[in-house]
Amino acid sequence: MTENEIIAHSLHVLHHHLPSQAPLKDFIHHNTLHAFQHLPFHQGLAAAQELFGYQTYPSLAFYREQYKDGKISQAILDRVLQTAQHESLKNALIEKEYDENLHPKVGSLRSTWKQKLGFDLDTRVHPILFRLISSFLDQGISIWKFPHEKLSFLESIRALENESFGSLFKSKRAKALFQDPNTTLPVLLKTLTGSSDYFESYLLDQQFAHAGYSGMVYQIESRPQALTEARKISLHDLIFVECLLEIEALDQHFSKNWKTAADFNLTAYHFNPDEIGQSELLLVKSLWQEAYEWTYYDKVLSGIIHKHATAEPKAEAQGIFCIDDRECSIRRHIEGLHPSFSSFGTPGHFNIETYFQPDGSAQRTKICPAPVQPTHLILEKASEKEKLKELHFSARSHGLIFGWILTHTYGFWSALKLALAIFKPSMNKMAVSSSQHMHPDASLSLVYEGQQTADGLQIGFSIEEMVQIVSSLLNSIGLTDQFAELVYIVAHGSSSANNTHYAGYDCGACSGRPGSVNARAFAFMANHPEVRARLLVQNIAIPSTTHFVPVLHDTCRDEFNYFDLEAVPQVLAAKLQRDQAVFVESLDANAVERSRRFVTLSPSNQRSEQHEKVKLRSVSLFEPRPELNHATNSLCLVGRRSFSRNLFLDRRAFLNSYNYQLDPKGDRLQGILNAVAPVCGGINLEYYFSRVDNQQLGAGTKLPHNVMGLFGVANGIDGDLRTGLPSQMIEVHDPYRLLVIVEQLPEVVLETIQRNPATWEWFQNEWVKLVSYDANHGSFFVLRNGKFEAYQVLHQELPVLDDLLSLIANTPENFPVVELKSQAS
Amino acid sequence: MTTIQFIHLYIGLPLLGFVLSLFFKKSQEQALSVVSYLTAAIQLLLVLVFGLTWFFHGAEATQYKELSVYKTSSYEFFLDFLVDKLTLVFALLGASLTFLITIYSRYYLHREEGYKRFFNSILFFNLGYTLIIFSGNMETLFIGWEILGVSSFLLIAFYRERMLPVKNALKVFSVYRIGDIGVILAMWLLHHLWHSNITFMEMNTTVKLNTHLANASVIGLVTAFMFYISAAAKSAQLPFSSWLPRAMEGPTPSSAIFYGSMSVHIGAFLLLRTMHFWENQLIFKVFLITTGLLTALITSAISRVQSSIKSQIAYASIAQIGLIFVEIALGLDNLALVHILGNAFLRTYQLLISPSVVSHKIREQLYENKQSLVVKETQWLRFQRSIYLLSLKEWNLDNLLYRLIWNPLKRIGRGAKVLNFKYVFWVMAFVLIAGMAIRTNEQMLSETMRHQLPFFFSFWGFLIAVKAFTERDSVRKSLTLIMFNHVSISIAMSFNEHFDNTHHFWYLSGVIISWAIGYYILTRMRKTEWVSLDNFYGHIYEYPKTGFVFLLACLGLAGFPITPSFIGEDLIFSHIHLSQIGLAFFTAFSLIINGLATMRIYARVFLGPHIKTYHQTAKRSS
Repeated sequence: MTENEIIAHSLHVLHHHLPSQAPLKDFIHHNTLHAFQHLPFHQGLAAAQELFGYQTYPSLAFYREQYKDGKISQAILDRVLQTAQHESLKNALIEKEYDENLHPKVGSLRSTWKQKLGFDLDTRVHPILFRLISSFLDQGISIWKFPHEKLSFLESIRALENESFGSLFKSKRAKALFQDPNTTLPVLLKTLTGSSDYFESYLLDQQFAHAGYSGMVYQIESRPQALTEARKISLHDLIFVECLLEIEALDQHFSKNWKTAADFNLTAYHFNPDEIGQSELLLVKSLWQEAYEWTYYDKVLSGIIHKHATAEPKAEAQGIFCIDDRECSIRRHIEGLHPSFSSFGTPGHFNIETYFQPDGSAQRTKICPAPVQPTHLILEKASEKEKLKELHFSARSHGLIFGWILTHTYGFWSALKLALAIFKPSMNKMAVSSSQHMHPDASLSLVYEGQQTADGLQIGFSIEEMVQIVSSLLNSIGLTDQFAELVYIVAHGSSSANNTHYAGYDCGACSGRPGSVNARAFAFMANHPEVRARLLVQNIAIPSTTHFVPVLHDTCRDEFNYFDLEAVPQVLAAKLQRDQAVFVESLDANAVERSRRFVTLSPSNQRSEQHEKVKLRSVSLFEPRPELNHATNSLCLVGRRSFSRNLFLDRRAFLNSYNYQLDPKGDRLQGILNAVAPVCGGINLEYYFSRVDNQQLGAGTKLPHNVMGLFGVANGIDGDLRTGLPSQMIEVHDPYRLLVIVEQLPEVVLETIQRNPATWEWFQNEWVKLVSYDANHGSFFVLRNGKFEAYQVLHQELPVLDDLLSLIANTPENFPVVELKSQAS
Repeated sequence: MTTIQFIHLYIGLPLLGFVLSLFFKKSQEQALSVVSYLTAAIQLLLVLVFGLTWFFHGAEATQYKELSVYKTSSYEFFLDFLVDKLTLVFALLGASLTFLITIYSRYYLHREEGYKRFFNSILFFNLGYTLIIFSGNMETLFIGWEILGVSSFLLIAFYRERMLPVKNALKVFSVYRIGDIGVILAMWLLHHLWHSNITFMEMNTTVKLNTHLANASVIGLVTAFMFYISAAAKSAQLPFSSWLPRAMEGPTPSSAIFYGSMSVHIGAFLLLRTMHFWENQLIFKVFLITTGLLTALITSAISRVQSSIKSQIAYASIAQIGLIFVEIALGLDNLALVHILGNAFLRTYQLLISPSVVSHKIREQLYENKQSLVVKETQWLRFQRSIYLLSLKEWNLDNLLYRLIWNPLKRIGRGAKVLNFKYVFWVMAFVLIAGMAIRTNEQMLSETMRHQLPFFFSFWGFLIAVKAFTERDSVRKSLTLIMFNHVSISIAMSFNEHFDNTHHFWYLSGVIISWAIGYYILTRMRKTEWVSLDNFYGHIYEYPKTGFVFLLACLGLAGFPITPSFIGEDLIFSHIHLSQIGLAFFTAFSLIINGLATMRIYARVFLGPHIKTYHQTAKRSS
């Protein structure tokens, strides 16, 4: 390969393996190790660990402790070992001592080189490099912006150099190289390493020493719209500048007499994830992991077949919720208190694929799943909007003279505000509220009236499009007849204060925004008489007495906000009121259930009192865990509600409604699983990896985080950007892979998932586990190595509990799967 | 309530709280936080009640001599307290913010590894702060000063399993040590100006001051500059400014109160406290105004280019403190006090809510169409760009310390490589014997010899200290060299008159015991672990208790006020003549480098990313 080809290849490897985390404004969950997804799960984990030195499993000690405590069942362990034909390893699993120290490949060349030099290059280069990138990319923190922001990173630094008396560089060689138009990356790399044999290893080592910044740069390179104010930057430019800074640092430290990797005759490595085998230690860990997972999975599967059959009631009210695991418990509470309520689950953008433009803003925000490229736009028209100004964030407070005045006056006001924030937390300008996304009284441009934006987005939806949206959603969840009079479309969003990762708390299906616009849009379409008339042709008969009501569930505050209530027919007013009363009670119960995990919360006698305490968390500056978000997620149930109703799944399950009877060919299932695998699987694996290696794959504790340029967080001021989830989000999470249970015949499921190669990869390589449930025979099939095999449930008990809430209120730990006594019967 | 009772209670509280907090278990989050915030709450109540009564009873400054620790005919080391307006304003600031922040942190730090350490350090910090603001003389102030330095080190290195916090903690500690030189030398000069250890009250008695200063105006000026060095180091003024943003490594609330408010304004406190000493020195005042303005201008430019929220606030705060220094120089002490309070509250709050900047600004952009400011390009473009580039590089302030101090030291250390350890050891033995021999036969020496010898011994000590500091390999050698340094200083002093053997005892007892403990720990650890100075080893992960004991040993070896050696240090300086500037300089410098070398040893052996990677370990760049 030529030098340029080697560099191109290395860049390709980097693009693929660097963390792909978007800037803070759009937090989208994804599989942290997506680059290894073409390998089977355990092999991918082994490769990632050997190459990068990530901890990809919990420690052996963790598994052994779980085993000792009975949280890994002996019978399951035996079965796992038997299935894998590794019975002989049992003793090794339980007591053999292994050296768990890691010796990653990536980083090895440069660390040996730096050791031989006796000079820690990175501590010299990183601070100024990070400062340059972060100033260039800055979205609104710095008061003096990087000049020439329209130029590319390299060009703008050159322009800055030319226009100022000083220089970025001190050493003559670096300065000359920078100004010389003939300087290319191979030239710089040759200077640093001595030979092109080292290029690949050197580039990987160099970039993975600060994977956070490199990843962010590549994200912006590949998707410039990821930033509100676009910037032209590329990984190539970053490497170019970094190499120059390295040459300068070396020249300065050694006065030009330093040796390259070639001079020391070091060994380079070749990066190839596919040729990495599984060591015995990792084999042992993979077996433990399977046993750990199946101990839990088996209880869930057992719960499904052992629980008492429940017929879906004749519904007096229905609710369509987001698939989100946080909606799992609120649905359970409502159904418990309102036995003739039936609930459905579907991704929370409710099939509305569009951009949304708030009133008074020039920015559009995507409110559908991240991979979708919408062609529509919804405009908000609000009568009046409260401006939020916070002097504490004002650039002027940092000025000399205004700052002088401010400190003498406003400074004392700060003390008072601080005291109030501590003793009497209340809604404030700092807090993020789910209701800020859209003004509740705003009108939305939902109907297409022939208008388009300059760049070709259609404003609003045509009637045909609406019919298509409504019918495909209703078909997918299996709600095509027996409509209740009131159908609630429940979107969700979250509120929190002082939270840099706030976008990760909103609806994942809406690209990290609350789903209020989507719920309103869907309800509008489903209520539209013309849409209903055309739906009739498709055999979906929505009675004229039925009305759809859009709702926003705040998952942190446990509040329902209703929209467009004036459109509810008068005859339904009493029913609406009755339902709302049930919802209030259910939300209280839900808040109480959630608060069992918040150890700092003292229990109250009254549920509503406890609920108020939970609400306070959303506005408290000092609360790093306003809610626990997706922590503990581990299941995804795709099927009718009847197969999970009354089963206590401890807020661990994504619930997607699907009726296999209506979908013998699996066409609708295909649509569901195409979304479930990347969305739920992405969430689950991000939690998994942030949990097993919170230092390298997670963001560490959020308490010292410092906001960099509004696009990322770092520790202190000189640190690399932190990717993944902070420890506060994952500490109660159990590292299980997602188990998807589909209520459909195995042959249909198998055929369906093979249609889309991307979806097939998730299941075939077992990055999410898949079980098919044959409801007619009450039997399970598990997908192993691309084939379904019958699964016999080991666990045979399922306790039935009456008053679960008072039982679990004081246990922060995980609670087993149990059946709740049905109040319907 | 009498003043005395008030002082006792007020200083006793954090001490009691700190000691109590050491005995709780890690898991007792409630108890730990309650002790911390109750301490601050009672302090706040006390300062409010006492402050008001004090104000209505004439608001007179009251001094109280607490305890004479060591006394000879010519020398007395005593603790002394002073309560006046300045004390009460700073007490109000400290108590109210500590109270609020400890309550804040109760929830914020919940489940954090190191919950206990955090509250221990906060109480320890509170103790140091209280001692400083109540101190009635330099000696008492210096005790608080040292406690503040160590607790800052511990708070910055709170996330001790990562590299950057540990490196930055060492960096800040070294700037603080430079500040300590100022205090030590000022103490020495003051001692000679008054021929005894004096109190701030005495110092401020103008009549006395004028006569002294009139006779020794150069000394007066030098003393004032020493105050400036200490004040500038603690308040991050030029040329030390770059440490402040780098101190923001701990949990946000601790950065907010310590580096947003309490710690950074201590420099201003020192200037206000010594105001009467220098208020008639025009040169010093002009200097103070110039550096204050310069700091304000430069750091506010740096603040404007920061793309990280915490460093932006840090530099903006430094700029205001620059103005505070100007106000103090102009004699506007009341204005300065109001400014200090306002700046402290504002920056604390800004830092606490700094994570909110993301949602707030993005909301502005996304929902309110807020465009970012575009700076107009003027005809001074070249000038504008140069300032931008310079500010982006923080005016090279961060490199300055390296270039001016550490690099020369390293060069000396490298030069001293010929002095291998064995050689040093034998020379030391020779020095010890020769020193004793010469001392017993002092009469044989000429006057000049007697005057010069201490200098040579102290220079020798200085060289050893540098060698200890630059040692890259053996921990035990480095530790032993530090001990040798103290011994050399002690020998050097023995040639000055009035230095008797009890002084040696005072000085060396703590040092040698601490060294022995440290040496023992290292020897034991070496049996199972790899221990060296070439890297950060992070052994605290497996040896938290050993690490704590070793930290105590290091503090003892560095002359921290937990052993009698601390008084010994002060004693030593009282014996150095004003004419022996070289001796004073090298002795002071030795002590500083000693302190750095010991903390470096502790950091390299016990802190940083753990050398073993069988568990989750942080990347070096994080």
